[in-house]
Amino acid sequence: MSGSPRRQARMVAALTAAAVLAAVLVWTSFTASSEAVTPSTLARAGEDGRSYELTGTVLPGYRREDDALLFRVRDRSGSASIAVRYRGAVPDPFRAGREVIVSVRRQDGTWVGERDSLVTKCPSKFSAQDDDST
Amino acid sequence: MLTFGRACLLLALGLVVFGIAASVYGARRERAEWAAAGRRSVYALFGVLTVAVVIVELAFARSDFSFRLVASHSSTTTPLFYKLTAMWSSQEGSLLLWVWLLSGWSSLAMLVAGRRARALAPWAGAVLLTFAGFFLVLVNFLAHPLQLLEPAAVEGNGLQPLLRHPAMVIHPPMLYSGYTLAAIPFAFAIAALLTRRVDAAWIRQTRRFLLGSWLALTFGILLGARWSWSELGWGGYWAWDPVENAALLPWLTGTAALHSLMVQEKRGTLKTWNVSLALITGILAILGTFLVRSGLLESIHAFGASTLGLPFLAFVVLLIGGSLTLVLWRRDALRSPARLDSMLSRETIFVFNNVVLVGLALVILWGTFFPLISEALAGERASVGPPWFSRFTVPLAIALVLLSGIGPLLPWRRARPGSLWRLFAIPVGAAAAATAAGLLVDPVAGSPRALALFAVATFVIAAVGQEYWRGGRARRASTGRAWPIALGGLVARNRRRYGGYAVHVGIAVMLVGVAASSSFQQVRDVRMKPGDRATVGAYEIRYERPTADVQREKLSLGAILDVRRDGRHVATLRPSRGYYPVADARTVGTLGRWFEGESTSEVGLRAGIRRDVWTVVEPDLQPFRRMIDGIDRRFPLADAQMEPLFLQALAERYTLQPPPAAFRMIVAPLVIWVWIGGLVALVGALVAIWPARRRRRAGGRAAVPRARPATVIERV
Repeated sequence: MSGSPRRQARMVAALTAAAVLAAVLVWTSFTASSEAVTPSTLARAGEDGRSYELTGTVLPGYRREDDALLFRVRDRSGSASIAVRYRGAVPDPFRAGREVIVSVRRQDGTWVGERDSLVTKCPSKFSAQDDDST
Repeated sequence: MLTFGRACLLLALGLVVFGIAASVYGARRERAEWAAAGRRSVYALFGVLTVAVVIVELAFARSDFSFRLVASHSSTTTPLFYKLTAMWSSQEGSLLLWVWLLSGWSSLAMLVAGRRARALAPWAGAVLLTFAGFFLVLVNFLAHPLQLLEPAAVEGNGLQPLLRHPAMVIHPPMLYSGYTLAAIPFAFAIAALLTRRVDAAWIRQTRRFLLGSWLALTFGILLGARWSWSELGWGGYWAWDPVENAALLPWLTGTAALHSLMVQEKRGTLKTWNVSLALITGILAILGTFLVRSGLLESIHAFGASTLGLPFLAFVVLLIGGSLTLVLWRRDALRSPARLDSMLSRETIFVFNNVVLVGLALVILWGTFFPLISEALAGERASVGPPWFSRFTVPLAIALVLLSGIGPLLPWRRARPGSLWRLFAIPVGAAAAATAAGLLVDPVAGSPRALALFAVATFVIAAVGQEYWRGGRARRASTGRAWPIALGGLVARNRRRYGGYAVHVGIAVMLVGVAASSSFQQVRDVRMKPGDRATVGAYEIRYERPTADVQREKLSLGAILDVRRDGRHVATLRPSRGYYPVADARTVGTLGRWFEGESTSEVGLRAGIRRDVWTVVEPDLQPFRRMIDGIDRRFPLADAQMEPLFLQALAERYTLQPPPAAFRMIVAPLVIWVWIGGLVALVGALVAIWPARRRRRAGGRAAVPRARPATVIERV
């Protein structure tokens, strides 16, 4: 592995490959990403057919309708809320008052959650609230 | 007790300040007694923090609800085992655990390195104490685990039901051990840069700690995954969540460092790279802790309502800035004299392995922090999901597994081209046979990525098997012992090498399990009444009957499922859902309180060598709402005798008039190999980390090379 020109050529090739891969990484991350939004933003500016990652707090009154879960998500601090129709795995900690993250897309005027995209914050991390309730 | 505990934490902070000052003064002025005082303050810190931890644990064991932490995370009904481990389910308690583990591992490092690397130890001790000081400031002033609750609560909130699982008990201490152990190579790398001793001495002092960090992180990650699969009701073991990724990042860079450090030891090259990897791994360990505490990124594991983000950010910035400055400052000393001789050498494969591992870490880092990056660049916060991660990580994982098979086959420095056939024929033949077999199996043939992973995993297993076989054969020829004894002797004499090979096999097996279970998993969500059947893959699952069980701390509603394959009974599964009551019935009613608290899925799982059948049930409680509301209205505050009767009535009604229940059923192939592979890797790492017996020469001197002890403390 001696010889300066050979080493330089190898270095140029490696750096070029790294630059190309980095460009692919950046490009795909922007094209494949979902915008993270709050319910108030989604209610105001949500577009049909586009995927969003909705974050907020579950309101009381959620219910099952056949295999779908119907629930409302409101802003963490605020009153704006939107209804979500969701199918798929429901995390155990899901309940009213919990923070959730769900990928949604508007279909026929309804925000529909992508299958299995619903996640609820790990309940061990709600110490601040629990302290208050003691 | 509480006041004494608080005093211990303040004393710990005082010890840190003294220890840093003594270590730095001792190192700069070449005063060995001050350096020793700094070292002893690390031991004292561990002692004082152990007292604080014992005080907290005693409070949990005695259910002393005058401790706010105990009242928030335990109760009289919590089993003792979980009471003792409830400390780390909270922000405050887990920070205390973090700094306690750090002080313990730092003491061990000082004990070992204090004698062998006297020039490095004071500086490394000062760095480790700085880490401890940061966490002690948090513990003392921002998240105190020893807060008084006045008046003391009559009953505590109890431990979150989902955390009542053996894996969850060990998972946090393992991850924190991994993080804190990673601080030790970081500290010695800083010490090496400060003292210009950037030869392999700092590596010899910290290699075992880095391997320990790797071992603990591997175990912690595996436990988390296992808990997720067998306890959580979503049917997976990895979700590319930011906090999960945060544990994986130092694991990846630590793995890279474990390989590249060998190149510096053997060839004296890659000095800048190695010192950078040790620093990056330490910083990533803090970054992982920062992600959990800051609430900066949306994560299911991030602490809510945390105020620790800013201090952590400042600390991470300080670590990055300081590390970068030091590396640039010492760039002349870090220049390596030796270069790689050939592309066909073990060290070249290690370099490629490092490129892939760091590439994986960069991809995951980019994806994890993409919400912040996109907000900064495009003005809107966006995130990438599991498909994006898989797109990049799967090809890189395949390359990594392939390299982990090639590395053991090639010698250091240079392989003769003529020997390649002899080295590679069997592994390549095995991989080709695996590919051909995979092409004959229907789902595998349609998944090129899974097929490639199976092929390279077979290559690794064959390559490592060949190395074991050749080594065992040579030892058998030289000693005349039987095969098992010869193999045992081979491994015992070369623990690091053959332990490492076993890790390669374990990781390859684990990735085969991951590839098969993620590519060929069959999922079915279905609502069924008793007597209904559902088909998932080749299995027919029949809802036999509902179950209900009233216990002191929870109400379980579930189902008995009969699992058949080709008409033959395979298993009886009993998934259920446990409902835990909230403590206060005043606002939600006597029965209602059982359904307003936490609920957890108990997975009905049949694990097999070939596939797992996984089921959860979610009972529909809507038909019982009238009954629950009626009882709550008429008996708003029923006493302790009445409540079990109401629960029994509800349970009986559920079994006699069961409504349809929602089921999730999964048939996932080869999941068990994820755990088996993980165990093999852990055993391999344990073999590698185990100290070798010192062999004595005829003259009685230790033959094992040791670091040259420095006699003077160098001035910076």
